[in-house]
Amino acid sequence: MADVFKLKVVTPERVFYEGEAGMVELSTTEGDIGVYANHIPMTAIVAPGVLKIHEGSDVRKAALHSGFIEVLPQEITIMAEVVEWPDEIDVKRAEEARIRAERRLKDNQAEIDVLRAKLALKRAMARLSAKQ
Amino acid sequence: MASMRDIKRRRDSIQSTEQITKAMKLVSTVKLQKSKGKAEASKPYFNLMYDTISSILRKSENLNHKYLKPGVSEKKAVIAITSNRGLAGGYNNNIVKLINGELPSGDTLVYAIGRKGRDGLLRKGFEIKADYSEVINEPLYRDAADITLELLDGFTRGEIGEIYLAYTAFKNTVTQIPKLIKLLPVEMEAGEEQESKAHALMTYEPDEEEVLDSIVPKYMSSLIYGALLEAVASENGARMTAMDNATSNAEEMIEALSLQYNRARQGAITQELTEIVAGANAIS
Repeated sequence: MADVFKLKVVTPERVFYEGEAGMVELSTTEGDIGVYANHIPMTAIVAPGVLKIHEGSDVRKAALHSGFIEVLPQEITIMAEVVEWPDEIDVKRAEEARIRAERRLKDNQAEIDVLRAKLALKRAMARLSAKQ
Repeated sequence: MASMRDIKRRRDSIQSTEQITKAMKLVSTVKLQKSKGKAEASKPYFNLMYDTISSILRKSENLNHKYLKPGVSEKKAVIAITSNRGLAGGYNNNIVKLINGELPSGDTLVYAIGRKGRDGLLRKGFEIKADYSEVINEPLYRDAADITLELLDGFTRGEIGEIYLAYTAFKNTVTQIPKLIKLLPVEMEAGEEQESKAHALMTYEPDEEEVLDSIVPKYMSSLIYGALLEAVASENGARMTAMDNATSNAEEMIEALSLQYNRARQGAITQELTEIVAGANAIS
C-alpha cells in the first residue's frame, strides 16, 4: 500500500468519518476526482455523487450531496452538509424521488424548477448508486 | 385566630408552586444534557469551517467579492434567537436588551427565531421581517440553510446592507453569554496572523470567486445552526438555574411560614388555656 493520509468527513450534526485512507473518490463541480496522499493543496466544491473511501483493500461508499473539500498533502477534510452511509439510505424514497424528478424534468414547465429538479435527480442517483 | 388558616393556605399554595418548579428544573436538566451533547457534536464542523474561511480570506486579502464588502443599503438585518417559552430568568430579555442597545430600531429588520424575542423587539419598535419561531423547538441544519438563503437573497438584491446574529452562547451550565456577531460582510478577527505554509499554496477549483460564492452561504448556515444549538442549550441552562432559584426561594418561604404557623398555633392554644383557667377560676 502506498502512502495514506488522514481523512475527515464532518457534517453539522456529527463527525461522519475519521480515519486513514489510501485514496478518496468524489464528485466536484468540476468533475469526478480521485485524490491520493501528497496531493497539492486544493479546495473544491462538492457536487452530489458517491463518495468512495479506499481503506487498504476495503472500499467504503457513502452518498455525498453538498459541501466542500479541502485537500492538504497529508490531510483531507470534507465539510459535508449532507452525507449518508448506505444503510441510512431509504431506497424506496430515493427511487421515488428519482422518478418524480425525472417526471418534472420531462414536463419542463417553469424554468426555476428545472435547476431544483436536476439537483434532486442528482441526489437521488447518488443515493441509489451508493446503495448498490 | 383567623390568620392561622390564612398562613396554612399560603404555605400550601407555595408548596404546590415548589413542586412545579422542582419538576420544571428536572425536565430542563434532562433537556440540557441532550442539547449540550448536540451543541458539542456540531463544534468540529463549525471550527473547521471557521479555519477554512479564515485561511482563504487571509490568503486573498485584496479579493473583491460581494460578500466581503458592505451592501449598498443602510438597513441592517438581525437574526434574533430566543425561546418560545418564558420562565427562563433573563434569558430572552438579555437578547432583546442587547439588540436594542447595539442596533437602531428604525433601520433594523428582525428575523425572529423564538416568540419571546419577537414580541419583546416588536414592543421596542423593531420591524419583524420574518418569523421562524417553530425552528427553535427542533433546530435542523436545513432550517439554518433556508434562513441563510433568504438573507443572502435580500443582501444580493440590495435590501440589506449588513447581517447580524444575536444568540446566547453556552459557556457552561450556569454561565450563558448573550452575543451579537456580524455575519455579513464576512470579517475575520485580525491579529491572529498565523502563517500556515500549507495554505499558502492552496489552489481553488474552479476559482476563488466561485469557491467563496459557495462557501460563504455554508459558513453562514453553519454559524446559524451552531448558534441555534447553543441557544437551546443556553435556554435550558437558564431555565434550570431560574427554577433552582425559585425552588430554594419557595423552600425558604415555606420554612418562614411554618414557623409563623406554629407560633400562631401555640398562641391560640395558650389563649384557649388561659380562657379555660379563667372560666374555672370564676366558677369556684
